[in-house]
Amino acid sequence: MRIGILSIQGDVREHERMFQRLGLESARIRQPEDLVDLSGLVIPGGESTTIGMLMQEYGLIDAIKEKTRSGHFPIWGTCAGLILLAKEVLGPSPARLGLVDMTADRNAWGRQVSSFEADIAIAALGSPPYPGVFIRAPRIKRLGQEVTALASYQDQVVMAESGPYLVTAFHPELTDDLRVHQYFAQKVETYWRG
Amino acid sequence: MANSERGTFKVKSGLAEMLKGGVIMDVTNREQAMIAEKAGAVAVMALERVPSDIRKAGGVARMADPRKVKEIMQAVSIPVMAKVRIGHFVEAQVLEALEVDYIDESEVLTPADDQFHIDKWAFRIPFVCGARDLGEALRRIAEGAAMIRTKGEPGTGNVVEAVRHLRTVNSQIRRLVATPDAELPDLAKELGAPLSLVQEVKVLGRLPVVNFSAGGVASPSDAALMMQLGADGIFVGSGIFKSSDPAAMANAVVRATLHYQDAQIIAEVSENIGESMPGLEMKTLQAEDRMQERGY
Repeated sequence: MRIGILSIQGDVREHERMFQRLGLESARIRQPEDLVDLSGLVIPGGESTTIGMLMQEYGLIDAIKEKTRSGHFPIWGTCAGLILLAKEVLGPSPARLGLVDMTADRNAWGRQVSSFEADIAIAALGSPPYPGVFIRAPRIKRLGQEVTALASYQDQVVMAESGPYLVTAFHPELTDDLRVHQYFAQKVETYWRG
Repeated sequence: MANSERGTFKVKSGLAEMLKGGVIMDVTNREQAMIAEKAGAVAVMALERVPSDIRKAGGVARMADPRKVKEIMQAVSIPVMAKVRIGHFVEAQVLEALEVDYIDESEVLTPADDQFHIDKWAFRIPFVCGARDLGEALRRIAEGAAMIRTKGEPGTGNVVEAVRHLRTVNSQIRRLVATPDAELPDLAKELGAPLSLVQEVKVLGRLPVVNFSAGGVASPSDAALMMQLGADGIFVGSGIFKSSDPAAMANAVVRATLHYQDAQIIAEVSENIGESMPGLEMKTLQAEDRMQERGY
């Protein structure tokens, strides 16, 4: 089992460190040929416009979509990754995968001055609450019927999943709490074992 | 933690982590900001003039007109940074009131205080500061900087100082990591940096915050050079909008920064992008014209 981390730009190193701590193998993904032998993929935080544009240019959007056709290729998007997984994006919308039936609103929690940390109750992870780090974070404006909300903060869904796909508006990779990475790794393992 | 907390060091340094592997471009109006965003810049630096024009104009260089900063903030959806003079905490308060995403306490502008940098802990907006060596970087972090950029020599289009500063920081980190714990207090004194940060660098094997390269990058190869030397990302000042074809140069620098280890791609993106900005040889600069000496 090997988890890819999309390495165009953003906090790749932080995700890498979390999987390392879990004793799991990860690989940096820059080009379509890097996608072979992957069991799952993480799209890190970064600038969604930049990441989406360069994914498009280097053929990664088509190549990743091709991999997901079986319905057995888990992808987790954090922050910018959430936007790149959203079917619809309000305002200027970047090139993206659009695999999750939801509408995302970029930077909707405000500019950097409004970035915040808050404890988030995530039932699937049990207690204690999870330390959420929100940086120019997106909001989820609409969730499709197939999408399950996993956590909310101030009445806004901040974590959700849809089949093999997981999205978080916050950055688990900036914390020392391994539970969300573990949750995704379990998802990957389930699909990998088929 | 209280139920929710803004302006923590984690969200400040966290935004810099999100910019890693990207290019931050100096822009002086909305059109330039849009060109930068379209080329794939991860952020823009809103300025009255780019550094090479500041050099030419001489006199006192100050924070940009708030109207200019707002115009640029409205034009793009990527983060917007802006510069304040070293030590000028009121200019910083103004930029915080405008809600820019990052403040650069910059040697490109004329210093306002010849002794103290801004107390950056007092702000909710994160700061990036320049450094020529490890001691300077750690002093800025101790003052609350959440991101560092090596200084280089701004507005010259000559990458030699950027290379020197990044190599200096990296070799000092290597030496620090190899220093026995018992000798760290002495090394901290030599660096002029707090012991706690020196100890942290030893554990991490790198700076505790993101370190970009700045000051002299003027071509796609320059950007890839700084990345191969270990920069986390690139600031390009005059290098984009003083080149003959800014949109093409901006595109190429972004792609060379992403694929910095792939000479084939750097070669492809460097084709047909017009001419880089005219550069300056360091020896032709008078001592008082060297911006990197500003700051303490």
